[in-house]
This record gives sequence, C-alpha cells and structure tokens, in this order.
Amino acid sequence: MTDSLLQSNTPAGSIADKWDNYKADMKLVNPNNKRKFKVLVVGSGLAGASAAASLAELGYDVEVFTFHDSPRRAHSIAAQGGINAAKNYRGDGDSVHRLFYDTIKGGDFRAREGNVHRLAQVSVNIIDQMVAQGVPFAREYGGLLDTRSFGGSQLQRTFYARGQTGQQLLLGAYQQMARQIGLGTVKLWNRVELVDTVTVDGRCAGIVTRDLVTGEVRSHAGHATVLCTGGYGNAFFLSTNAMNCNVTAAWRAHRKGAYFANPCYTQIHPTCIPQADDTQSKLTLMSGSLRNDGRVWVPLNAGDNRAADEIPEAERDYYLERLYPSFGNLAPRDISSRAAKRAVDSGRGVGPLKNGVYLDFSAAISRLGKDVVKERYGNLFDMYERITGENPYDIPMRIYPASHYTMGGLWVDYELMTTIPGLYAAGEANFSDHGANRLGASALMQGLADGYFVLPYTIGNYLAPMLNKPVPGTDHEAFKTAENEARGRFQTFLDIKGTRSPDHFHRELGKIIWDRCGMERTAEGLQQALTDIPALYDEFKTDLRVTGTGSSVNQTLEKAGRVDDFFQLGMLMCRDALERNESCGGHFRAEYQDEEGEAQRDDDNFAHVAAWEFTGDPMKSNRHKEELEFETIHLAKRSYK
Amino acid sequence: MSNHLQNLNLKIWRQDGPADGGRFESYLVGSISDEASFLELLDVLNEQLIGEGEDAIAFDHDCREGICGTCSLMIDGQAHGPQRGTATCQLHMRKFASGDTIVVEPWRATAFPILKDLMVDRSPLDRIVEAGGFITAATGGAPDANIIPIPKPVADAAMDAAECIGCGACVAACPNGAANLFTAAKVSHLNLLPQGQAERWSRVEAMVETMDEHFGSCTNHGECEAACPKSISLDFIALMHKDYRRAKVKNRKLISQI
Repeated sequence: MTDSLLQSNTPAGSIADKWDNYKADMKLVNPNNKRKFKVLVVGSGLAGASAAASLAELGYDVEVFTFHDSPRRAHSIAAQGGINAAKNYRGDGDSVHRLFYDTIKGGDFRAREGNVHRLAQVSVNIIDQMVAQGVPFAREYGGLLDTRSFGGSQLQRTFYARGQTGQQLLLGAYQQMARQIGLGTVKLWNRVELVDTVTVDGRCAGIVTRDLVTGEVRSHAGHATVLCTGGYGNAFFLSTNAMNCNVTAAWRAHRKGAYFANPCYTQIHPTCIPQADDTQSKLTLMSGSLRNDGRVWVPLNAGDNRAADEIPEAERDYYLERLYPSFGNLAPRDISSRAAKRAVDSGRGVGPLKNGVYLDFSAAISRLGKDVVKERYGNLFDMYERITGENPYDIPMRIYPASHYTMGGLWVDYELMTTIPGLYAAGEANFSDHGANRLGASALMQGLADGYFVLPYTIGNYLAPMLNKPVPGTDHEAFKTAENEARGRFQTFLDIKGTRSPDHFHRELGKIIWDRCGMERTAEGLQQALTDIPALYDEFKTDLRVTGTGSSVNQTLEKAGRVDDFFQLGMLMCRDALERNESCGGHFRAEYQDEEGEAQRDDDNFAHVAAWEFTGDPMKSNRHKEELEFETIHLAKRSYK
Repeated sequence: MSNHLQNLNLKIWRQDGPADGGRFESYLVGSISDEASFLELLDVLNEQLIGEGEDAIAFDHDCREGICGTCSLMIDGQAHGPQRGTATCQLHMRKFASGDTIVVEPWRATAFPILKDLMVDRSPLDRIVEAGGFITAATGGAPDANIIPIPKPVADAAMDAAECIGCGACVAACPNGAANLFTAAKVSHLNLLPQGQAERWSRVEAMVETMDEHFGSCTNHGECEAACPKSISLDFIALMHKDYRRAKVKNRKLISQI
C-alpha cells in the first residue's frame, strides 16, 4: 500500500487529459502579485536555467545559485547525442503516445504513468522553444530540421546539434536566463554551494550556502525552493559526470525530511572509453549516437590477441546483433552494458588492458564514405583520438560501460514537489520520469520539460494561497542553527588532521560501490558493501586530511563535504539494491534472471517506488512505498529481441 | 600498456588571494603515465602536496571532456598548452617528454583578476551575454520549429560560431586582453539565424559596448584563433565589426530591418 506521505497527486481523467485537467484546475497568481514571491533555484543546468528564466519572465522574484564560475558550465553541457521529441517530422509513425510508451517500457515499467505522459506531451514544445531561441539544430538541405534514431526506439525522433546537443541547449537556456539577469529579474550567485536546506513549520523556508571563494556561510529565505542539482553518478568515483557533480544538495534536503527514491537505479552507459591507468580521474563518454553506424564486436574466442584488422569476419562475435536482432547495436543502455560486461568477463575483452569491446565503423565508412561519417561524428572521433592516441577511422574504437546517469533521486509528486512542502526537485535530481532505466536523448528532454513547461505552472499553484502571508526571514532561529551546523561541519573536516585526502577516500568508496552495486549485484555482495562502506566511513571521520583554511578558495575542503555525503548515499544505494529482490532496468540482481540471462522483474511484489526516509543514520533509514498504478499500459516483459 | 614520463619539473604560479602578490614555486613529479591528462598531472601533484601537509593548488576544472570551458591554464606561455584546438583537460602527457620543465600560469588579463593560484574570475564574459547575447523568446509562445526553414549552410555557420565554450583562452592569448573572438562568436551565432534578425542591430551594439567596458581593443593579431580550443574563425570578428558599423546607422532609426 502506498504510504500516506507519498501521494502522487496525479490528476483525474484519461491519461491524455490529465495535464490539461491539471492546468484547468490549478490556482493562479495575478501578474502584479508574482513579484511578491521569491523563488530560489539551486543549479543552473537545463532544468535550473530554464526554470529560472521562465519564472522570472512570469514575474517572480528569482535567485539562482551555482557552484560554477558561470551558469553556462553546468554539466548538462556535456550531453552529446540529442533530445527526443514526438514531432513526427519524419512521418515514421511517431506520436505522443508512442514516446510515452517507449519511455515507460525503456524504464522497465517502474515509472509513474502520469508524469511520463506529460513529458511526452511537452516534448514537442521544447523543440519549438529552443529553435525560437536560436539553437542551431542540424538541418536537412531543404532547411527543415534533421533527426536521427537512438537506443531503445525504432523511430527517428532525436533532434541534435552535431555531437554537442547538450551544449547548445544549455547555452539556449543560459542565454534566456542571462537576459533576465541583465534585466535585474534574476539575481545570480556564482561560486556558491548549497550546504543545507531549512525547514520551518513543516515547509521549506530557504537554504544555507557557502561561498567557495571566501568561505562565508549565509542564509537565503524564499517562498519556494527548487533543487536542479543533477545526479549522483560520481558516487562511483569514476564516471562520465563532471568532476564537481555531487549529491550534496539532494542529500542535505534528504536529511531534512525529503524522501530519496530508488537510489539503486543507476545507469551504466555502454559506450565510454575504457580506463587506461590508475591516475584516471574520470571516464569519457562516446555518444550513444555512435551506435547508429558503429558495430559492436569482440573476438569469437577468448585470448585472441590479434589486432582488430587481422581477425577475419568469421572469427568475430557481433554479439548485440546476434542476441537482439530487431534492435541490434541500438539495444537500450542497460542491456548493451551488461552484454559488454559479459563479453569482457568471458576473456574476450580487447585493448592493452583487455577491458573493452570494439565499436567498429569500417562498414559505415565503406557504405557511406568517410566524409559522411566525419560529418556525423567528426568531433567525437577527434575527441577519441585526443584521449587515446588512436585514430578511429582506421582502428575500431574501444569502449566499455561507465556510470553515466542516475534515475533515482528525490521523490517528487506530479507537481515535482518533494515530501517537504515548498521544496521542489527537477531534472536529474528527481526520480520522476525514467523508472529503472533512461532511454538515450531523454535526459535533455526531461530537464527542459521540468524547467520550462511544468514548474512554472505547479509552483504558482503552491504559492497562490500564500499571498500576503508572512514567511520566516533569514533572522529566524532555524536559519541560525543551520548556519552554525554548517560552519561546525566544515571546521570538523579541517580539524581531523589525519593522513589521507578526500580524493583517496572517494576512490576507495567508488571502488566498493562499483564492484558491489554496479552493473551486476548480488545479495551477498551488497551485504559485504554494507559492512565495508561504514568501516571506510569511520576511517574517513578519523583519518581525513584537509590542508589549507576555511576562509579562502579550498577545493580540498569542498571535496571533503561532498565525499561525506557520497558515503551516506552509498549506504542507501546498497540498502535499496538489497531490498529490491528483482531485476529491472539498471538494477540487475544476479539471482533474478531468466534462462537467457535477461532481467526478471517481480511485478507482484516490486511494482512500486521505494522512497527512503532519513532517520539520523543511513543504515537505519525507513523504506516507504508508492505503488505504481498502470491504467494505460499493460505490464509486459521488456524484450528487444 | 602506457608508458611513464619521469621527473617533470613544474613551475607553478601560486597566489594566496586576489590582493596578494604571487610567485612561482617549483615542484617535481617523479613519474606520470603518458595516458594521463594535464589536469590529472595536477591531481597527482595535489595528492603529493596534501601528503606533505601543503595547501593544494587551486585550479578551475569540471567536465574534463573539453566542452564546459571551465579549465584554463597558460602552459609554457600558450593558452591551453601546445596542442591546437584542444582544451587543457584534453591535453595528454604523451605530448610531453621525461625531464621537461613546464611553466604553468593562470590566464593573464586585466579583466580576469586572479582569485587564487591558477583560478581567475571570468565573469565579465557573462556580462557581455547578459547585455544582448540572446533571442527574446519568452517560454510558451514559440511557433512550430519547422515554420522557418534555415538553409543548411546558414545553420552550419551559426553552429560553427556557437561552438564557443566561453573558456577565455582568446582573452588570455591576446596581447591586448581583448574579448573580440568570444563576443564575435556569440554575436555571429545569433545574427546569422533568421530567428535572430529582430534584435540583430541592438544586440551587436549592446554586446560590443559592454565588451569595450571590460576588455582591451582588438588589433588583429590573430592569437585568439590560434589559442581557441574550438578553432573558432577570426572571420567572425569581421562579421561582428561589419554588423556593428551598420548598427550605428540602423539603430539611429529602426525603420529598415534589412
């Protein structure tokens, strides 16, 4: 049964009418009254920038917080492949319903129908909005927009801008927000990090931040607060996330009462450059779009040490095409990743460390010519060559899965509100739309959908009844307490004076989580992790070394706070994975697979969202359930064969 | 298998804060894989410094994929180091040799005050965008995306300009500390597109004049294009100048938008 706090508040009506019904019934704020409401937006990626710009255009008093030097640096910028939208410009049979269905199925039937249908509905508005803002999407010679296909779909519904779609969309949203900054309707706080959220009388009253240049801790009060602070993929240490991506904002809110949903749903992206050595600080993604024209293979026989071009066709195993004939190299990410892991685990890995599989473009180059391949993927090929020193036009790329995206996040209802009234989460920071696995080109879609087309409506519905009612200011005792706690916490890191750096602990922690809670999980391994992580966390608390001071730029100190939060999250990830006795999407428990090695769901017992309540110790958090109700879609085995 | 470089001598700029004087400090890194990126070299050095109880070297970095524009560094006097069209994060140690002495400095420009060590404040670049680097299109009222066809060469040219990552290497490389390549890239991206025409003349005027408030003047050295990690063409500066001149006439009376 669904826990009483976890009501999704999905509107009534048929699936296609729910969003319209919501908008027809929601409360409005008069244009002249909007400026009386202050909205704090934390994070300046796609969700944050688009929400801030739209709310400011409507007339709200908006403040934006980013730990970057400029809002344009947010990690949305690194998304390569594209953005899905149900435009059906190709006339290939696309529709809102089909995008909705593909997303639910892609998420292995673990997402909420109402939210996902709304996402598919507004996807078409996103493309219109971004083109109007000057996003230079790829075009056909006739001047119309070009699209391509992507993993988990049999349609060409993905719009793109070379291999830099995330960059162009983020710059579009950033520019729209920059206009509002110039007009004085958005106040920007850069190089400032959230260190706590503040709850007064059961509603979110604002946040506490730390200035990364001066170390100053200060409070900010608002009528509503929106966390657009991204995912927690860096819990694994090595991931495709940017170095500064962290879970701190979401985790600090979780500690103050926001439930954390499905932390075990993490996405391991199949096409990343394999690790080259031990000093490596991050892994680099090669866009999933490469699988449109690249063919994935390994040698048929283990221990085959020949160079790629010396292995004849008959002795190659194009395993995705063999196992999943109808989707082939475009099988969804979770399935492709596990297949790569199995190929490498069977001793058929390629490259100097035998830790990759080939992604081969020779067939595409002979079919299309080098120029066409260069036009489509030139910048990705150049990037690959810069990193590996190998030219992928001549030698097949080597790829291997890496942590890339996290479907889990703060639990939110249909309005994107967390379990703390007045506190919202959008984009990757929430758990909302991707179930247990996200399809390619859907992250950009969700970030912009939340920021442009959902929050501007739902926040008004919350604020309207608060008109002319006093809210606590930053002089309230709760803010002072939170500030002092934050100062004390950072001072503690400086005072431990142990022997090992935050990076050292992060690397060790990431290795445990990757080994035990990565692509394949077992009850035994998870139990081991739940012994190992707390033990390492105890060492962290007694043997951490942070040099420098708390009153100037100190990246070691910033890192210490983030690693502290990753430790606590890591425990919750493993507990969530241990409690979910089924395999679904990115969560693969070795005990639950069919005879062909495919994930085996348990819809009778696990067709629910697991939302965790913090109780003071992440090893003792309480698990709550939101039952997922499928009114439109029939639960089926997810097959891509 | 990776090879290792031995005994790299690093001369790195250290500065405690914006108001403090700076100095070069020398450090030795005994061994580093040639597969490591330049920033991973600094990671290794910082681990070494923390081990010795020293304050780690502050430097800006984030995506390490050459797209976010956060990383900077003058390496042996070249913005983003010796490899053309490459940001520091994508520069790998295989471009260096054992025993090399490498000099590492922050971006040097009056408009970019040093915050600490190798970290500078580049926010004047944001001020230029806030002045006009956008198309006014409030959320909700956009027409269908295919209503205005854009010829592919036009869309491609706009994209060439839009690739700018805003790192500031152009400013750091310029003997005058000018931000013309950055500004021109943003102006051209929007001024080339049909959607950008309505604000074309006001945009270029506002952006150029904001640029002039913060940065030095362009004297066509061309160092910016050579340093740009996205190899953005100097031609865009010519386009910007052309539009700026025309804007001075057009903006007097916005009667003709041709």
